[in-house]
Amino acid sequence: MKGFSYLRNVATLKLNIKKCIGCGRCLEVCPHQVFSLAEKKAIITNFDACMECGACAINCPSTAIFVDSGVGCATGLINEWIHEQKMFSARKKCC
Amino acid sequence: MPQIDTKLSFYDFLGTCKTRLGIGRMNYMVPSGLYAIGAPTKDDPVLVTANYKMSYDKVRSVLTARNVWLLVLETYGINVWCAAGKGTFSTQELVRRIGLSNLTKVVAHRRLILPILAAPGVAAHEVKRQTGFSISYATIRAEDIPKYFDNNMLTTAKMKEQTFTFRERTVLIPVELLLSLKPTAITVAALFIIAALLQGPRYGLMTVYAYLGAVVSGIAIAPLLLPWLPGRSFAFKGFLTGLAWSATFYLLADGREWNIFITFAAFLTIPAVSAFYTLNFTGCTPFTSRSGVKKEMRLAMPVMGISVILGVIFVLAGKLL
Repeated sequence: MKGFSYLRNVATLKLNIKKCIGCGRCLEVCPHQVFSLAEKKAIITNFDACMECGACAINCPSTAIFVDSGVGCATGLINEWIHEQKMFSARKKCC
Repeated sequence: MPQIDTKLSFYDFLGTCKTRLGIGRMNYMVPSGLYAIGAPTKDDPVLVTANYKMSYDKVRSVLTARNVWLLVLETYGINVWCAAGKGTFSTQELVRRIGLSNLTKVVAHRRLILPILAAPGVAAHEVKRQTGFSISYATIRAEDIPKYFDNNMLTTAKMKEQTFTFRERTVLIPVELLLSLKPTAITVAALFIIAALLQGPRYGLMTVYAYLGAVVSGIAIAPLLLPWLPGRSFAFKGFLTGLAWSATFYLLADGREWNIFITFAAFLTIPAVSAFYTLNFTGCTPFTSRSGVKKEMRLAMPVMGISVILGVIFVLAGKLL
Protein backbone atom coordinates (compact mmCIF):
# COMPACT_ATOMS: atom_id res chain seq x y z
CA MET A 1 0.00 0.00 0.00
CA LYS A 2 1.48 3.28 -1.11
CA GLY A 3 2.80 5.43 1.73
CA PHE A 4 2.00 2.95 4.50
CA SER A 5 3.76 -0.07 5.92
CA TYR A 6 3.42 -1.96 9.15
CA LEU A 7 5.73 -4.23 11.16
CA ARG A 8 7.88 -6.64 9.14
CA ASN A 9 8.13 -10.44 9.44
CA VAL A 10 5.07 -10.89 11.60
CA ALA A 11 2.30 -12.17 9.31
CA THR A 12 1.12 -15.77 9.76
CA LEU A 13 0.50 -16.18 6.02
CA LYS A 14 1.60 -19.54 4.57
CA LEU A 15 1.26 -20.81 1.02
CA ASN A 16 1.52 -24.51 0.23
CA ILE A 17 2.86 -24.43 -3.29
CA LYS A 18 2.22 -28.16 -3.81
CA LYS A 19 -1.51 -27.70 -3.29
CA CYS A 20 -1.76 -24.54 -5.44
CA ILE A 21 -3.66 -25.03 -8.71
CA GLY A 22 -2.77 -21.59 -10.06
CA CYS A 23 -6.36 -20.30 -10.36
CA GLY A 24 -5.32 -16.79 -9.38
CA ARG A 25 -8.20 -16.21 -6.98
CA CYS A 26 -5.80 -15.02 -4.25
CA LEU A 27 -4.54 -12.30 -6.58
CA GLU A 28 -8.12 -11.21 -7.18
CA VAL A 29 -9.12 -10.92 -3.51
CA CYS A 30 -5.96 -9.60 -1.84
CA PRO A 31 -6.34 -5.87 -1.07
CA HIS A 32 -2.56 -5.47 -0.79
CA GLN A 33 -1.22 -7.33 -3.84
CA VAL A 34 0.70 -9.84 -1.71
CA PHE A 35 0.57 -12.55 -4.40
CA SER A 36 1.58 -12.88 -8.01
CA LEU A 37 1.48 -15.73 -10.50
CA ALA A 38 4.62 -17.38 -11.82
CA GLU A 39 4.64 -20.51 -13.98
CA LYS A 40 0.97 -21.22 -13.23
CA LYS A 41 1.50 -21.13 -9.46
CA ALA A 42 0.84 -18.41 -6.93
CA ILE A 43 3.83 -16.96 -5.13
CA ILE A 44 4.08 -14.55 -2.23
CA THR A 45 5.91 -11.51 -3.51
CA ASN A 46 4.98 -8.92 -0.91
CA PHE A 47 4.83 -10.79 2.41
CA ASP A 48 5.09 -7.76 4.70
CA ALA A 49 2.06 -6.10 3.11
CA CYS A 50 -0.17 -8.92 4.40
CA MET A 51 -2.73 -7.62 6.93
CA GLU A 52 -4.14 -11.09 7.65
CA CYS A 53 -7.67 -10.32 6.48
CA GLY A 54 -8.05 -13.96 5.47
CA ALA A 55 -9.64 -13.33 2.05
CA CYS A 56 -7.08 -15.48 0.19
CA ALA A 57 -7.36 -18.44 2.56
CA ILE A 58 -11.17 -18.68 2.53
CA ASN A 59 -11.31 -18.21 -1.24
CA CYS A 60 -8.60 -20.73 -2.08
CA PRO A 61 -10.42 -23.71 -3.66
CA SER A 62 -7.51 -26.07 -2.94
CA THR A 63 -6.92 -24.91 0.68
CA ALA A 64 -3.32 -24.08 -0.16
CA ILE A 65 -3.26 -20.92 1.96
CA PHE A 66 -3.23 -20.54 5.73
CA VAL A 67 -3.49 -17.30 7.66
CA ASP A 68 -4.52 -16.59 11.24
CA SER A 69 -7.07 -13.81 10.72
CA GLY A 70 -9.19 -11.88 13.17
CA VAL A 71 -9.78 -8.63 15.04
CA GLY A 72 -6.70 -6.44 15.00
CA CYS A 73 -7.23 -3.53 17.36
CA ALA A 74 -5.81 -3.26 20.86
CA THR A 75 -9.25 -3.06 22.52
CA GLY A 76 -10.42 -6.10 20.58
CA LEU A 77 -7.33 -8.10 21.56
CA ILE A 78 -7.59 -7.07 25.21
CA ASN A 79 -11.25 -8.14 25.20
CA GLU A 80 -10.25 -11.42 23.60
CA TRP A 81 -7.57 -12.05 26.23
CA ILE A 82 -9.96 -11.20 29.05
CA HIS A 83 -12.45 -13.58 27.49
CA GLU A 84 -9.83 -16.34 27.22
CA GLN A 85 -8.84 -15.84 30.85
CA LYS A 86 -12.55 -16.05 31.70
CA MET A 87 -12.07 -13.14 34.09
CA PHE A 88 -15.47 -11.75 33.18
CA SER A 89 -17.44 -11.52 30.01
CA ALA A 90 -16.01 -8.56 28.15
CA ARG A 91 -18.43 -6.19 26.53
CA LYS A 92 -18.11 -6.01 22.79
CA LYS A 93 -17.83 -2.37 21.95
CA CYS A 94 -15.48 -2.58 19.04
CA CYS A 95 -15.90 -1.69 15.36
CA MET B 1 -39.66 -5.65 -5.94
CA PRO B 2 -38.55 -2.39 -4.27
CA GLN B 3 -37.17 0.11 -6.74
CA ILE B 4 -34.62 2.53 -5.30
CA ASP B 5 -33.37 5.98 -6.15
CA THR B 6 -29.72 6.69 -6.92
CA LYS B 7 -29.94 10.26 -5.70
CA LEU B 8 -29.15 10.74 -2.04
CA SER B 9 -31.44 13.09 -0.15
CA PHE B 10 -30.63 15.59 2.57
CA TYR B 11 -31.80 13.00 5.12
CA ASP B 12 -29.30 10.46 3.79
CA PHE B 13 -26.55 13.07 4.20
CA LEU B 14 -27.78 13.87 7.71
CA GLY B 15 -27.81 10.16 8.52
CA THR B 16 -24.19 9.82 7.37
CA CYS B 17 -23.15 12.78 9.53
CA LYS B 18 -24.95 11.41 12.58
CA THR B 19 -23.40 7.99 12.12
CA ARG B 20 -19.92 9.51 11.71
CA LEU B 21 -20.54 11.11 15.11
CA GLY B 22 -21.53 7.78 16.58
CA ILE B 23 -25.24 8.64 16.91
CA GLY B 24 -27.32 5.53 16.24
CA ARG B 25 -24.28 4.04 14.54
CA MET B 26 -24.98 0.44 15.55
CA ASN B 27 -28.53 0.65 14.26
CA TYR B 28 -28.12 2.35 10.88
CA MET B 29 -29.47 -0.21 8.45
CA VAL B 30 -31.83 -0.97 5.58
CA PRO B 31 -33.89 -4.15 5.12
CA SER B 32 -31.96 -6.95 3.42
CA GLY B 33 -33.21 -8.35 0.12
CA LEU B 34 -33.20 -7.70 -3.60
CA TYR B 35 -33.62 -4.15 -4.91
CA ALA B 36 -33.94 -2.79 -8.45
CA ILE B 37 -31.97 0.23 -9.61
CA GLY B 38 -33.29 1.73 -12.85
CA ALA B 39 -35.25 -0.86 -14.84
CA PRO B 40 -33.12 -4.01 -14.77
CA THR B 41 -33.99 -7.02 -16.93
CA LYS B 42 -33.10 -10.66 -16.42
CA ASP B 43 -29.78 -10.08 -18.17
CA ASP B 44 -28.60 -7.15 -16.06
CA PRO B 45 -25.82 -7.52 -13.48
CA VAL B 46 -26.35 -8.28 -9.79
CA LEU B 47 -24.32 -6.33 -7.26
CA VAL B 48 -24.06 -7.53 -3.67
CA THR B 49 -23.59 -5.28 -0.63
CA ALA B 50 -24.16 -5.03 3.13
CA ASN B 51 -27.23 -3.60 4.85
CA TYR B 52 -25.30 -0.87 6.68
CA LYS B 53 -27.10 2.16 5.34
CA MET B 54 -23.88 4.04 4.60
CA SER B 55 -22.65 1.13 2.43
CA TYR B 56 -26.02 0.85 0.67
CA ASP B 57 -26.18 4.63 0.07
CA LYS B 58 -22.64 4.70 -1.27
CA VAL B 59 -23.35 1.91 -3.75
CA ARG B 60 -26.71 3.18 -5.05
CA SER B 61 -25.43 6.76 -5.35
CA VAL B 62 -22.85 5.76 -8.00
CA LEU B 63 -25.35 3.84 -10.14
CA THR B 64 -27.28 6.74 -11.66
CA ALA B 65 -28.68 5.94 -15.12
CA ARG B 66 -27.81 2.25 -14.87
CA ASN B 67 -29.96 -0.85 -14.71
CA VAL B 68 -28.67 -3.06 -11.95
CA TRP B 69 -29.97 -5.52 -9.37
CA LEU B 70 -28.75 -4.84 -5.83
CA LEU B 71 -28.74 -7.79 -3.45
CA VAL B 72 -28.45 -6.49 0.12
CA LEU B 73 -27.27 -9.03 2.68
CA GLU B 74 -28.26 -9.05 6.35
CA THR B 75 -25.11 -7.87 8.08
CA TYR B 76 -26.95 -6.29 11.02
CA GLY B 77 -25.95 -2.77 10.06
CA ILE B 78 -22.24 -3.50 9.75
CA ASN B 79 -20.19 -2.39 6.72
CA VAL B 80 -18.92 -4.85 4.11
CA TRP B 81 -15.35 -5.31 5.34
CA CYS B 82 -16.07 -5.58 9.08
CA ALA B 83 -19.06 -7.84 8.40
CA ALA B 84 -16.89 -10.08 6.22
CA GLY B 85 -14.23 -10.19 8.93
CA LYS B 86 -16.75 -11.00 11.61
CA GLY B 87 -18.70 -13.58 9.65
CA THR B 88 -22.05 -11.94 8.89
CA PHE B 89 -21.21 -11.07 5.27
CA SER B 90 -20.65 -14.76 4.69
CA THR B 91 -20.99 -17.64 2.25
CA GLN B 92 -23.94 -18.88 4.28
CA GLU B 93 -25.77 -15.53 4.28
CA LEU B 94 -25.15 -15.02 0.56
CA VAL B 95 -26.46 -18.50 -0.29
CA ARG B 96 -29.48 -17.94 1.95
CA ARG B 97 -30.25 -14.51 0.48
CA ILE B 98 -29.98 -15.86 -3.09
CA GLY B 99 -32.62 -18.41 -2.16
CA LEU B 100 -34.92 -16.03 -0.25
CA SER B 101 -34.89 -13.44 -3.06
CA ASN B 102 -35.60 -16.02 -5.77
CA LEU B 103 -32.63 -14.72 -7.68
CA THR B 104 -32.48 -17.77 -9.97
CA LYS B 105 -35.91 -16.79 -11.31
CA VAL B 106 -35.24 -13.04 -11.45
CA VAL B 107 -32.10 -13.23 -13.59
CA ALA B 108 -31.17 -15.52 -16.46
CA HIS B 109 -27.41 -15.37 -15.91
CA ARG B 110 -25.45 -16.87 -13.00
CA ARG B 111 -22.99 -14.19 -12.08
CA LEU B 112 -22.64 -12.04 -8.95
CA ILE B 113 -20.48 -8.96 -8.49
CA LEU B 114 -19.08 -8.55 -4.99
CA PRO B 115 -16.91 -5.85 -3.44
CA ILE B 116 -13.29 -7.02 -3.07
CA LEU B 117 -13.48 -6.31 0.66
CA ALA B 118 -16.25 -8.92 1.02
CA ALA B 119 -13.77 -11.66 0.20
CA PRO B 120 -12.66 -12.36 3.82
CA GLY B 121 -16.18 -13.66 4.50
CA VAL B 122 -17.19 -15.37 1.28
CA ALA B 123 -15.77 -18.52 -0.31
CA ALA B 124 -16.52 -17.95 -3.98
CA HIS B 125 -16.07 -21.61 -4.95
CA GLU B 126 -18.53 -22.68 -2.22
CA VAL B 127 -21.18 -20.21 -3.42
CA LYS B 128 -20.70 -21.56 -6.95
CA ARG B 129 -21.04 -25.14 -5.74
CA GLN B 130 -24.15 -24.48 -3.68
CA THR B 131 -26.06 -22.07 -5.95
CA GLY B 132 -24.46 -22.13 -9.39
CA PHE B 133 -23.63 -18.43 -9.19
CA SER B 134 -20.03 -17.53 -9.96
CA ILE B 135 -18.51 -14.58 -8.14
CA SER B 136 -16.40 -11.73 -9.45
CA TYR B 137 -14.74 -9.54 -6.86
CA ALA B 138 -14.95 -6.22 -8.66
CA THR B 139 -13.56 -3.17 -6.85
CA ILE B 140 -12.56 -1.99 -3.39
CA ARG B 141 -14.41 1.33 -3.55
CA ALA B 142 -18.02 1.76 -4.64
CA GLU B 143 -17.15 4.82 -6.73
CA ASP B 144 -15.11 2.60 -9.07
CA ILE B 145 -18.13 0.42 -9.96
CA PRO B 146 -19.19 2.55 -12.98
CA LYS B 147 -15.64 2.37 -14.35
CA TYR B 148 -15.68 -1.38 -13.77
CA PHE B 149 -18.90 -1.69 -15.81
CA ASP B 150 -17.47 0.49 -18.56
CA ASN B 151 -14.26 -1.55 -18.60
CA ASN B 152 -16.06 -4.74 -19.70
CA MET B 153 -16.31 -5.87 -16.07
CA LEU B 154 -12.57 -6.06 -15.69
CA THR B 155 -10.80 -4.90 -12.55
CA THR B 156 -7.87 -2.57 -13.12
CA ALA B 157 -4.89 -2.28 -10.76
CA LYS B 158 -6.23 1.01 -9.46
CA MET B 159 -9.60 -0.51 -8.52
CA LYS B 160 -7.75 -3.05 -6.33
CA GLU B 161 -5.54 -0.55 -4.62
CA GLN B 162 -6.28 0.10 -0.97
CA THR B 163 -5.82 3.70 0.17
CA PHE B 164 -5.85 5.55 3.48
CA THR B 165 -5.81 9.21 2.52
CA PHE B 166 -5.87 12.19 4.88
CA ARG B 167 -9.60 12.56 4.21
CA GLU B 168 -10.26 8.86 4.80
CA ARG B 169 -8.46 9.11 8.14
CA THR B 170 -10.17 12.37 9.13
CA VAL B 171 -13.73 11.01 8.90
CA LEU B 172 -12.81 8.28 11.42
CA ILE B 173 -11.67 10.67 14.14
CA PRO B 174 -15.02 12.00 15.50
CA VAL B 175 -16.46 8.58 16.25
CA GLU B 176 -13.17 7.43 17.79
CA LEU B 177 -13.13 10.47 20.09
CA LEU B 178 -16.76 9.96 21.06
CA LEU B 179 -16.27 6.26 21.76
CA SER B 180 -13.51 7.15 24.21
CA LEU B 181 -15.70 9.72 25.94
CA LYS B 182 -16.92 7.49 28.75
CA PRO B 183 -13.56 6.08 29.93
CA THR B 184 -12.04 9.53 29.44
CA ALA B 185 -14.71 11.20 31.60
CA ILE B 186 -14.19 8.67 34.39
CA THR B 187 -10.38 9.01 34.26
CA VAL B 188 -10.56 12.81 34.13
CA ALA B 189 -12.85 12.94 37.18
CA ALA B 190 -10.57 10.61 39.14
CA LEU B 191 -7.44 12.53 38.11
CA PHE B 192 -9.00 15.86 39.08
CA ILE B 193 -9.97 14.65 42.54
CA ILE B 194 -6.59 13.03 43.23
CA ALA B 195 -4.51 15.95 41.91
CA ALA B 196 -6.71 18.51 43.68
CA LEU B 197 -6.37 16.67 46.98
CA LEU B 198 -2.59 16.36 46.58
CA GLN B 199 -1.71 19.80 45.23
CA GLY B 200 -4.85 21.95 45.12
CA PRO B 201 -7.59 22.60 42.52
CA ARG B 202 -5.26 24.44 40.12
CA TYR B 203 -3.16 21.30 39.74
CA GLY B 204 -6.35 19.29 39.40
CA LEU B 205 -7.36 21.33 36.36
CA MET B 206 -3.86 21.19 34.92
CA THR B 207 -3.85 17.40 35.17
CA VAL B 208 -7.19 17.29 33.36
CA TYR B 209 -5.86 19.45 30.50
CA ALA B 210 -2.73 17.32 30.26
CA TYR B 211 -4.75 14.10 30.09
CA LEU B 212 -7.29 15.40 27.56
CA GLY B 213 -4.41 16.58 25.37
CA ALA B 214 -2.84 13.13 25.57
CA VAL B 215 -6.13 11.51 24.46
CA VAL B 216 -6.49 13.91 21.51
CA SER B 217 -2.83 13.38 20.63
CA GLY B 218 -3.31 9.61 20.50
CA ILE B 219 -6.74 9.46 18.86
CA ALA B 220 -6.62 12.42 16.48
CA ILE B 221 -3.16 13.90 15.95
CA ALA B 222 -1.12 10.74 15.43
CA PRO B 223 -3.70 9.12 13.07
CA LEU B 224 -3.90 12.31 11.00
CA LEU B 225 -0.11 12.55 10.76
CA LEU B 226 0.24 8.76 10.36
CA PRO B 227 2.32 8.49 7.17
CA TRP B 228 4.63 11.33 8.19
CA LEU B 229 5.48 10.12 11.69
CA PRO B 230 8.67 8.04 11.68
CA GLY B 231 8.73 4.32 12.49
CA ARG B 232 6.39 1.42 11.74
CA SER B 233 5.02 0.93 15.24
CA PHE B 234 1.76 2.73 16.02
CA ALA B 235 2.61 2.90 19.71
CA PHE B 236 5.86 4.69 18.81
CA LYS B 237 4.03 7.18 16.56
CA GLY B 238 1.58 7.89 19.40
CA PHE B 239 4.49 8.20 21.82
CA LEU B 240 6.05 10.87 19.56
CA THR B 241 2.90 13.02 19.34
CA GLY B 242 2.42 12.51 23.09
CA LEU B 243 5.96 13.72 23.69
CA ALA B 244 5.27 16.76 21.53
CA TRP B 245 2.15 17.45 23.60
CA SER B 246 4.13 17.04 26.85
CA ALA B 247 6.59 19.68 25.64
CA THR B 248 3.79 22.00 24.48
CA PHE B 249 2.01 21.57 27.78
CA TYR B 250 5.24 22.27 29.66
CA LEU B 251 5.55 25.59 27.84
CA LEU B 252 1.86 26.52 28.13
CA ALA B 253 1.51 25.66 31.80
CA ASP B 254 4.70 27.36 33.00
CA GLY B 255 6.57 24.12 33.44
CA ARG B 256 9.67 25.88 34.74
CA GLU B 257 7.76 26.51 37.94
CA TRP B 258 6.95 22.83 38.50
CA ASN B 259 9.17 20.79 40.74
CA ILE B 260 11.33 18.22 39.00
CA PHE B 261 9.13 15.30 40.07
CA ILE B 262 6.01 16.74 38.40
CA THR B 263 8.01 17.40 35.23
CA PHE B 264 9.19 13.79 35.14
CA ALA B 265 5.68 12.53 35.84
CA ALA B 266 4.22 14.60 32.98
CA PHE B 267 6.83 13.47 30.47
CA LEU B 268 6.35 9.82 31.48
CA THR B 269 2.58 9.53 31.57
CA ILE B 270 1.35 11.80 28.75
CA PRO B 271 3.25 9.97 25.96
CA ALA B 272 2.16 6.60 27.41
CA VAL B 273 -1.55 7.51 27.25
CA SER B 274 -1.15 8.88 23.72
CA ALA B 275 0.77 5.76 22.63
CA PHE B 276 -2.00 3.49 23.90
CA TYR B 277 -4.70 5.30 21.95
CA THR B 278 -2.66 5.33 18.73
CA LEU B 279 -1.95 1.62 19.15
CA ASN B 280 -5.70 1.12 19.42
CA PHE B 281 -6.17 2.99 16.13
CA THR B 282 -4.71 -0.05 14.33
CA GLY B 283 -8.29 -1.39 14.45
CA CYS B 284 -9.39 1.43 12.13
CA THR B 285 -6.69 1.13 9.48
CA PRO B 286 -6.89 -0.93 6.31
CA PHE B 287 -3.34 -2.28 6.49
CA THR B 288 -2.29 -3.41 9.99
CA SER B 289 -2.18 -7.13 10.75
CA ARG B 290 -3.43 -8.90 13.85
CA SER B 291 -0.04 -10.50 14.45
CA GLY B 292 1.64 -7.11 14.19
CA VAL B 293 -0.73 -5.59 16.74
CA LYS B 294 -0.15 -8.57 19.06
CA LYS B 295 3.60 -8.08 18.81
CA GLU B 296 3.30 -4.35 19.45
CA MET B 297 1.08 -4.96 22.45
CA ARG B 298 3.49 -7.46 23.99
CA LEU B 299 6.30 -4.91 23.70
CA ALA B 300 4.50 -1.62 24.27
CA MET B 301 1.90 -2.38 26.94
CA PRO B 302 4.44 -3.20 29.69
CA VAL B 303 6.41 -0.04 28.82
CA MET B 304 3.22 2.05 28.99
CA GLY B 305 2.26 0.45 32.30
CA ILE B 306 5.70 1.04 33.84
CA SER B 307 5.71 4.67 32.62
CA VAL B 308 2.36 5.35 34.25
CA ILE B 309 3.37 3.65 37.52
CA LEU B 310 6.66 5.59 37.60
CA GLY B 311 4.72 8.78 36.92
CA VAL B 312 2.48 8.12 39.91
CA ILE B 313 5.52 7.36 42.10
CA PHE B 314 7.12 10.65 41.02
CA VAL B 315 3.98 12.61 41.86
CA LEU B 316 3.80 11.00 45.30
CA ALA B 317 7.52 11.50 45.85
CA GLY B 318 7.16 15.17 44.87
CA LYS B 319 4.47 15.55 47.50
CA LEU B 320 6.27 13.69 50.27
CA LEU B 321 9.86 14.87 49.77
